[in-house]
Amino acid sequence: MYPLHLTAFTATSALGAGLAPTLAALEANRSGLAPCAFETVDLPAYVGEVAGLDDVTLPAALADYDCRNNRLALLALQQDGFADAVRGAVMRYGAERVGVFLGTSTSGILETELAYRRLDESGAFIAPPSYRGSHTPQAVADVVARSLGLGGPAFVVLTACSSGAKVFASAARLIGAGMIDAAVVGGVDSLCLTTLYGFNSLELVSPEPCRPYDVARCGISIGEAGAFALLERPAQDLPGDAVLLAGVGEASDAYHMSSPPPDGHGAFAAMQAALQRAGLMPSQVDYLNLHGTATPSNDAAEGQAVMQLFGRSVPASSTKGATGHTLGAAGALETVIAALALQHGLIPGSPGSRELDPALDLDYVFVPRHQALGVVMSNSFGFGGSNASVVLRRADARMDA
Amino acid sequence: MSGLFGYLDGVAALGPGFDNWAMLAAQLTGEQPWQDAPTRLTAPPGLPPAERRRVGKPVRLALALGFEAVAMAGADAAELATVFTASGGDGDNLHALCTTLAEPARLVSPTRFTNSVHNAPAGYWGIAAGATAPSNVLSAYDASFSMGLIEALGQVQGEARRVLLIAYDSPYPGPLAALRPLPEPCGVALLLSPERGPASRARLAVVGGETAAEGSTGIAALDALARSAPSLRALPLLAALARGEGGRYGLEMPLGGLLVVELQPCV
Repeated sequence: MYPLHLTAFTATSALGAGLAPTLAALEANRSGLAPCAFETVDLPAYVGEVAGLDDVTLPAALADYDCRNNRLALLALQQDGFADAVRGAVMRYGAERVGVFLGTSTSGILETELAYRRLDESGAFIAPPSYRGSHTPQAVADVVARSLGLGGPAFVVLTACSSGAKVFASAARLIGAGMIDAAVVGGVDSLCLTTLYGFNSLELVSPEPCRPYDVARCGISIGEAGAFALLERPAQDLPGDAVLLAGVGEASDAYHMSSPPPDGHGAFAAMQAALQRAGLMPSQVDYLNLHGTATPSNDAAEGQAVMQLFGRSVPASSTKGATGHTLGAAGALETVIAALALQHGLIPGSPGSRELDPALDLDYVFVPRHQALGVVMSNSFGFGGSNASVVLRRADARMDA
Repeated sequence: MSGLFGYLDGVAALGPGFDNWAMLAAQLTGEQPWQDAPTRLTAPPGLPPAERRRVGKPVRLALALGFEAVAMAGADAAELATVFTASGGDGDNLHALCTTLAEPARLVSPTRFTNSVHNAPAGYWGIAAGATAPSNVLSAYDASFSMGLIEALGQVQGEARRVLLIAYDSPYPGPLAALRPLPEPCGVALLLSPERGPASRARLAVVGGETAAEGSTGIAALDALARSAPSLRALPLLAALARGEGGRYGLEMPLGGLLVVELQPCV
């Protein structure tokens, strides 16, 4: 099942479209968060909005899929030669042997929210949204598959904020079982009123740019992103900087719908399972991209789990101060950021965070560091107590402890 | 060929006109007539009282299905990995949230928002069953059952553990009902194991490179029900199980074509 080779990857977020602006922003410790001016939203919040989505047009054949989330998906697919790489895989293996597995939380719900503003006297839509094209969560997997000419299995994972990480495990299992030879995995989630007003109702939205792991953190800043990777079995001779999916760990809290257990036992179990699948010890991890949403309870719980497993041995940061919390896309976005970190020897910082919570005794990285990295981990945890950790390594990483 | 297979150790059903697998099995074999009737949903066991009252139809449906399959297999719910698959989320919550968001004040209920996530049934299952094992939640429009099955079998093989697959559908109120007509809340659950055991009733395997028809339950009303809800695409397969027969069945795939699944009874 593991390792698999990330033969292509890309990300589009508030940091920019594609890897080059993403890397430049991470190097400069720059944040893409800005005061919320999205749609008619009137909340004291910062958001990580992707620029230019209103100008994206879908091909005529996919017109029924036109919505913000699918525009973001297709914009992201066009970056870094990703779509061409997938078409190459379709040529090599056949369309039915390439699957697509995407994380999302709200998919194209924005269109439905807007349609609810115009109901007739009987309560019917005056301008109905497209159920198949935008409302159903599968719409984003459908539009990605159709635009790339894929014919294999296709589904969306909806485990809230761990979705974009868990797709890596689903794909690895189906490649391992021989059902498919390659998979497009990723996450696409876009701004909508449900999440902005919903998290606000839970008093979890920060009025300033979010400050992960900071002593004064007070909530999330919501972002949007599309991030993708193409997974294939590794070839015999890989370049040293090739990025491998070494393992994924998954676990459930069985504790509460919207709060993690204070000891972070589900987070601990997911990280431990990921290392076990990768055949690695905690001491071999060179960088940990934290879930780090910047809510008081989430960071405290994750921090406890990290302290228990790693102590201060691993440099760690959350990049949500740069991108915002991209919810169902976060696992994919941050796995791509982890891949960039591996290839460029870059430990990202944490824009917005200033003073580490003294209760969390970690090597928390505030400003970027440059050092060679062999193994990195990315954490993604969600509502409902769903936890996933992804471990990546360079092809030339030393595997002896 | 693919290496996707597992042994069916438990099965459950709940929907219009059937309260459990025993009732549906009797209808599928023709021993009892199927008659449309409102689905009887019960308050889920294992949750704190406040949550028992508050949870929506998908949570009630999914937990009832899960516990029925677990009981049949004599399994320990706490140790099972789970896969939840549904073509949509909680329609009642969604309708309430979208209605609120269309009002000037946009006073969203925090409970509604928390329970609106697609993985609410998975979260409540974890709490009710005390299950810290991995849990996945997916959706694939009309192919939600076939995709749930390959995810579950992928876990059975790739993680070498027993997996509880819970497939369900819950209808929309309000204007979405006209866009996406669905029957009363309904679903099925399958408990799948990597090895044959005393509880195993059949072997299920995905057959690559072959074709098979969708198949029929042999009962027109139940075939129509199977077509009306993605989770009930499993009915022809389950009819064979109820009759103790084997066969190959085609399950709807997302991008066209059928997933061929072979059922072999364990005798």
